[in-house]
Amino acid sequence: MSVLHIINKSPFEKNSLDTCLRLAKKGSAVLLIEDAIYAAQKNTAVADKIDAAVIKHTVYALEPDLDARGVDKSTIIDGISLVDYDGFVQLATEYSGTQSWL
Amino acid sequence: MSVIKKFLYVNRRAPHGSIYALESLEVVLIGAAFDQDVALAFIDDGVYQLMLNQDTSGIATKNFSSTYKALGDYDVNKIYVEKESLEMRGLSKENLLPLTYEDEDDDWAEKDSIQIVTSAELSDIIDNQDLIFSF
Amino acid sequence: MKFGIMVNEGPYTHQASDTAYHFTAAALNNGHEIVRVFFYQDGVNNGTRLAVPPQDDRNITTRWSELAAQHDLDMVLCVAAAQRRGLLDKDEAKRAGKDTDNMAPGFNISGLGQLIDAGIQADRVMIFGD
Repeated sequence: MSVLHIINKSPFEKNSLDTCLRLAKKGSAVLLIEDAIYAAQKNTAVADKIDAAVIKHTVYALEPDLDARGVDKSTIIDGISLVDYDGFVQLATEYSGTQSWL
Repeated sequence: MSVIKKFLYVNRRAPHGSIYALESLEVVLIGAAFDQDVALAFIDDGVYQLMLNQDTSGIATKNFSSTYKALGDYDVNKIYVEKESLEMRGLSKENLLPLTYEDEDDDWAEKDSIQIVTSAELSDIIDNQDLIFSF
Repeated sequence: MKFGIMVNEGPYTHQASDTAYHFTAAALNNGHEIVRVFFYQDGVNNGTRLAVPPQDDRNITTRWSELAAQHDLDMVLCVAAAQRRGLLDKDEAKRAGKDTDNMAPGFNISGLGQLIDAGIQADRVMIFGD
């Protein structure tokens, strides 16, 4: 049983990232979508949290949301994999279920 | 044989400042008729939904806090409240509605529906669900 | 795999409806089945046929209607949420004594039971909200 945790809000706007990381079991996956993709960048105030998350979970970010927001892929934290919507669907099938942290 | 799935309703928002708390509860009540294995989790500001003594007369909105007390009658009696969320807000179980249910397997003894759980315990609970609703 | 899709926010104000749409379309393209798209809370606002968004932007409602027509999707607006927010089909409008209805093609009004039913039938339920 391994859940895909989906976060959609910026870590600077809401505590969804914090709460998710507090409650996501080791081995579960985290997918950043919509405004949450800002958490994927290096050199932010939450970069340490994401660095730690990358060790405990597989972390993904939705590429169309990065592109929409002008976030350069070279600024993304190492270890985060980018997926498109097909990849998003694929992840939802690979994990036992999903939890949306709104 | 009909399917029984584990449904978890995750509540992370305070009541009254938005409709999410009320409309989440409405899903739980309708869902109760489907005989699934239902649990509720109150995390972050969601713990405020269960506070005692809510009086909405001054803001003229629906006071639905008493509806939580009916959950036991709908066989919804697994109500998990995250300890860390309570502590962050200076709250304890004493600040919360005394939600109970009657255990038919124990001579209808009245028991607490609310379980205060740690993050680690809640993490395990989340990992064991079939389906998780968030509002 | 069978997916249930839940959309909890209205068009444009939040990205939820867009993300839900792109996920749903991708799931269909990849051969998966959509049990139901259930619109709840402000999500019912996706079902209005009276929206006139600017020509140079996507038409979220029409896009859902077209996807539904193309793939014979079951798109449901929760009746309680819809009544609260003024989304009415012809029957609801008549019942409530309103002078018009405003449902877009492909959307149907039904109860929260349909959401629970989708949860029971689907292998995965995807929640899109704020």
